[in-house]
Amino acid sequence: MSDIKYILGSFGDPDEMMHGIEKLQENNISIYDVYTPMPIHGIEAKLGIKRSRIDIAAFCFGITGTCCAFALIYFCAVIDWRVNIGGKPSFALPDFIPIMFELTVLFCAFGMVLTYYASTHLFPGRAPRVMDLRATDDRFVIAVDAKDNVEHTVIDGLLKDAGALEIKYNERKYISYE
Amino acid sequence: MSGHNESILREPLITGDNITYAKITDDILSPVENKPNKAWWIGFIVASLGALLWVVAVSYTFWNGIGAWGLNKTVGWAWDITGFVWWVGIGHAGTLISAVLLLFRQNWRNSINRSAEAMTIFAVICAATYVVSHMGRPWLAYWVLPLPNQFGSLWVNFNSPLVWDMFAISTYFSVSLLFWYTGLLPDIATIRDRAVGTRRKIYSIFSFGWSGSVKTWQRFEAVSLILAGISTPLVLSVHTIVSMDFATSVIPGWHTTIFPPYFVAGAIFSGFAMVLTLLLVARKVLGLENYITMFHIESMNKIIILTGSIVGVAYLTEFFIAWYSGSEYEQYAFINRSTGPYWWSYWMMMTCNVISPQLLWFKKIRLSIKATWILSIVVNVGMWFERFVIIVTSLHRDYIPSSWAMFYPTWVDISVFVGSIGLFFTLFLLFLRVLPSIAIAEVKLLLKSASEQAKMKQIKEGHENKEYVTEYIESLEKFDSVKQEDYAKI
Repeated sequence: MSDIKYILGSFGDPDEMMHGIEKLQENNISIYDVYTPMPIHGIEAKLGIKRSRIDIAAFCFGITGTCCAFALIYFCAVIDWRVNIGGKPSFALPDFIPIMFELTVLFCAFGMVLTYYASTHLFPGRAPRVMDLRATDDRFVIAVDAKDNVEHTVIDGLLKDAGALEIKYNERKYISYE
Repeated sequence: MSGHNESILREPLITGDNITYAKITDDILSPVENKPNKAWWIGFIVASLGALLWVVAVSYTFWNGIGAWGLNKTVGWAWDITGFVWWVGIGHAGTLISAVLLLFRQNWRNSINRSAEAMTIFAVICAATYVVSHMGRPWLAYWVLPLPNQFGSLWVNFNSPLVWDMFAISTYFSVSLLFWYTGLLPDIATIRDRAVGTRRKIYSIFSFGWSGSVKTWQRFEAVSLILAGISTPLVLSVHTIVSMDFATSVIPGWHTTIFPPYFVAGAIFSGFAMVLTLLLVARKVLGLENYITMFHIESMNKIIILTGSIVGVAYLTEFFIAWYSGSEYEQYAFINRSTGPYWWSYWMMMTCNVISPQLLWFKKIRLSIKATWILSIVVNVGMWFERFVIIVTSLHRDYIPSSWAMFYPTWVDISVFVGSIGLFFTLFLLFLRVLPSIAIAEVKLLLKSASEQAKMKQIKEGHENKEYVTEYIESLEKFDSVKQEDYAKI
């Protein structure tokens, strides 16, 4: 009994899984995490997860790109080596705009995606933390921490009532570790 | 979710009965998890022979210089830049489908975006190789970058559209790659969790340890939406800047302000045609008729009519403005295009891009797979001729009649072009084998709301307006993957 680390309720239908979350919450059972093969809309509100602030990061990276591009072009074309093209002004702002735009997009995209990878701990070669191998295929899995919630039979019953197809007891947190 | 059903008036995006989440995974991954069939091997061998030709022709160009091409003093840009603009244009459909259609909430993009994005990346690779090889001294390609150097430092000319283009194409390529790969992570994880042994280890590395937890998905969706938001202006800017390579010059025939919108429309036009060329075959060979339905094909055909007509209007506007400008050089450039020694390429372009796509107004043609496939190739031929017309016919009769010349491609010109098509198909066929050709997670999102079986359930529940149901059933007639007899009873 004490070897069990996580209880997994494996659902075949996202709506039934949402129902399962409600049931558990009504009984004050805390949910560790939910693993799904596709994004589930409205689940964040149900689990009380705050909105992602990645958009703020994206904006900051973007504006950095704009400034870097402007600084680079201004330094090269206006300060360091002015090229006399028919006596036209070196500080030709309209000509700077295409590159400023491109670098805004470049910095924004790379900055944001790398922030995403860093904050979600995604990087090449990272050992996958998988509790149920079918959670990336056709199962919607609710994971409950077994140590914090001791009444395992109650959890079992609630998940089954909500329509769970299978209840699993994981003795290791991540079955993908060998 | 079942809480909010989709309107019965909308055509289903997934057809077939007994489609479950598991079946979606099985169907889409079957080419990845099983050994390739004969059709794939034949395609792959032919394509890789093409790619080999490309390697030979590009190496020959690098070794001997661009004198190996048919360029002369008058026509200094020909098949190289034609090929470059053609490939970049083809690439644009991928970003359009993945970004613009996402912003407009067009759910039918979900089953075609993955392969269209892959197509974008491979097309931009083909385009980029033209840029490098047309430089003449490709080992000095880094000179286009603003790097400190021993000349002073003498920087690149930031007023030049060619420098803007370098920034635009490299940003476009790297951002598209990022967008595509981030979208692939959940699907690579799906392959990983079904595989065993070495395969699992390999896919595990490339899945970046994806888990599918709530926070991962939440951020994933935010990232996708923002990437779509920045890719939309990016894709417009890229082809705008490509057109500025011509439009900011003083060559009659190039020096027109209509170029940016006209190039962008042409890019979408040719890109969608290439998506159709590829997917009509892939859908049949990989057995994906339930996910890439006749509705998808018809929708893409409608975009082709729209953009083809925009391109047609642009051609006519150019002609009108040339006459209206009163500039005899401008007028001559256009008269020469349509009646000069290159008249055949001009009329080839007009027929393939303006006249033949109008056939798609007929529902029968729009819904015929064969006709659509042939027209998609015709469009791509036409779009190649468009670039050829713009580039070569504007240059070949320049300011002094004594220097007027014609352009004749050498075997190297032809081999680089044919070879780049081989390279493109080689990459695409490899992609079909190792990665899912349809975004699995995104298609799963549609199962409970926009699939044929969900709509069937809605009808059987009996709360739908009778007229709407009849209209819906009539709309199903065009689907080749729907069993009509199921609806006879209702």
